[in-house]
Amino acid sequence: MPNRTTFAAITLVAGMTCAASGADAFMAYVSNEKDNSVTVVDTVTGAVVKTLPVGQRPRGITISHDGKFIYLCASDDDTIEVIDTETHEIVGQLPSGPDPELFVLSPDGKTLYVANEDDNLVTVIDIESRDVLAEIPVGVEPEGMGISPDGKTMVNTSETTNMAHFIDTDSHEITDNVLVDSRPRFAEFKPDGSEVWVSAEIGGTVSVIDNDSREVKHKITFEIAGLRSEAIQPVGVRITADGKKAYVALGPANRVAVVDTATYKVEKYVLVGQRVWQLAFTPDQKTIISTNGVSNDITFIDVATDEPVQSVTVGSMPWGVVVSPK
Amino acid sequence: MLYVFVLFLSFWLSSLGAGDAAAQQPAKGTPPAELKLGYLRAHEPRLALSVLDVSPRDEGVAGAEVAISDNNTTGRFLGQAFSLDVAEVKLEADAVPAFRELAGRGATTVLADLSASQLLSVADAARAEGIEIFNIGATDDRLREEDCRANVFHIAPTRSMLADGLAQYLIWKQWPRWALIYGSHEGDRLFADALRRAATRFGGEIVAEKEFADTGTARRTDSGVVQIQRQMPVFTQGLPDHDVLLVADESEVFGTYVPFRTWEPRPVAGTAGLIPTAWHPASEQWGGTQIQNRFAKATGRRMLAKDMSAWTAVRIIGEAATRTRSTDVSQIARFIRSKDFSIAAFKGQKLTFRQWNWQLRQPIFLGDGRSVVSTSPQEGFLHQFSELDTLGIDQPETKCVLK
Repeated sequence: MPNRTTFAAITLVAGMTCAASGADAFMAYVSNEKDNSVTVVDTVTGAVVKTLPVGQRPRGITISHDGKFIYLCASDDDTIEVIDTETHEIVGQLPSGPDPELFVLSPDGKTLYVANEDDNLVTVIDIESRDVLAEIPVGVEPEGMGISPDGKTMVNTSETTNMAHFIDTDSHEITDNVLVDSRPRFAEFKPDGSEVWVSAEIGGTVSVIDNDSREVKHKITFEIAGLRSEAIQPVGVRITADGKKAYVALGPANRVAVVDTATYKVEKYVLVGQRVWQLAFTPDQKTIISTNGVSNDITFIDVATDEPVQSVTVGSMPWGVVVSPK
Repeated sequence: MLYVFVLFLSFWLSSLGAGDAAAQQPAKGTPPAELKLGYLRAHEPRLALSVLDVSPRDEGVAGAEVAISDNNTTGRFLGQAFSLDVAEVKLEADAVPAFRELAGRGATTVLADLSASQLLSVADAARAEGIEIFNIGATDDRLREEDCRANVFHIAPTRSMLADGLAQYLIWKQWPRWALIYGSHEGDRLFADALRRAATRFGGEIVAEKEFADTGTARRTDSGVVQIQRQMPVFTQGLPDHDVLLVADESEVFGTYVPFRTWEPRPVAGTAGLIPTAWHPASEQWGGTQIQNRFAKATGRRMLAKDMSAWTAVRIIGEAATRTRSTDVSQIARFIRSKDFSIAAFKGQKLTFRQWNWQLRQPIFLGDGRSVVSTSPQEGFLHQFSELDTLGIDQPETKCVLK
């Protein structure tokens, strides 16, 4: 934690720069796994605005569609914390089940689907009533969570079972199990709902699953000169709103791959920080932010040029990131 | 031979095709296809110098059981069920009759926690039955070299892999001068050999050696500590100047008594002090927390190296059953032997088999009693094919002719 004087100074500078630039300022919220905090970063100035103390081992992080609340998996406290984005106070908790790691919010913002790593379950939570609506048994070590744009299909990946489980969000039943490569970490739907992209950390690939046939239609592989293949470990995946480009965080390869979604070809490898895991776009889609766990920083990548623009030091072992519209 | 290969290739290609298809849900009401795993262990209660090091009764078996449960969670989606059948023999007893009983009860793959000679006799008996053996206990290099067998997968690392993992770290630390004290039993001498080989290989120097003969002292006496405090400094007195004192005492005769009792203040490594191992009960890296939590919840104790080797063996079988959608042992074994086979085991990278002797490539953990100090291979130890092949006897040096 920075001392109070530095803190005030940074906030002041950030405030001034914001007012001067007039550009759309967004706030990025970064969960720091190792020091139980969330760093709030102004995406225009890159200034650290605030560091919030949170529960133990914060990992998955997302935001309500109106931008009012941050939802945060405090894994070792077996809970999901709700943080008010105005006051930065923890205003509530959701019953997550044990060891929540990652989750996804339904498109209508009402339901949260949580992966419980220790119990091989996906927990479905009604946000308003804070009730658990269902617990769905899935494979061993559930982690990645994706939801179709129409909200009808949820995909969970299980890291030791090595499957993407397709779940009908009405019946809460698994409809399809698609085998992918080793340690699937993340599932991301294309904005048109036609494909699900699933990363495999140890397998070193991204499987593109056709959402109609529920079959793997393509496997994306990565090659970086001078790096042994074991160091290429895909984790976070994000696809642009126009569906044209995908970004894949490659873990200890310290790079984010930029993939053309039409050809599945890697167009570029963007060098960021060490052990890059998760990614988030700013709401205007002009910037994508990566969390670099080992180097304790985040990197801003310009989506137009795919150049790294700036790195900002955050807390210890940054894990996840989400950007609020204000 | 060519015919077999073509057959295998076409099978393999068709299984690849199947791998891309959506996994079929098992039809309701169809009983799951069963895969029975045998587990054969040589076991007798054994004392240790520290009561903290006494083996839990279910060491290894518990790891296999957790993996069986993991496989069954996955198997639910594919209509596959896995079970474990455990048999025990005495140390150095004839293990073949117990093996035949396991086979008679339907085991088609057998995990073996046996001595080298027991393992060889079981492997040779298994060949006629088409049974695959997974060695999770024996670290003997000879089982992967002159005495290698085509139907044995080695999940446990070898003594040379362990010694190399340790040596790389000591060289990385720039502590290259070592004194070596070793016990008088076979395992102690073999591990001392592995340490000598590692010194030659990575530029360490063994400046002096000394044998600690086992004179049959009782391991527990009420006031034994007083004597040890006086004996160990005297035993290590007069060694030439060294950076690290290496200990080779697999037999638990003196090793635990070396740290903090040496004549010169020097770090200790080997079977005491900084210990190279296949797994560490405190490893939380690379998703390790998840398997540690799962294991602790299931067993009420921490996960040891043999538990991890057994877990990995059962997961390898499960992974092959998943990917081939088969519980047929010959299909499973063919898949494991294919070049693309790999398994994830919380060690930061995929583990693969050395095709020349079916040894599982794996990083080696270096830990003291409390925590993981490092993981080898160390940075800078390069290899043209896989950095994991800087650990242990590599293909150009192998004496293995698989048969």
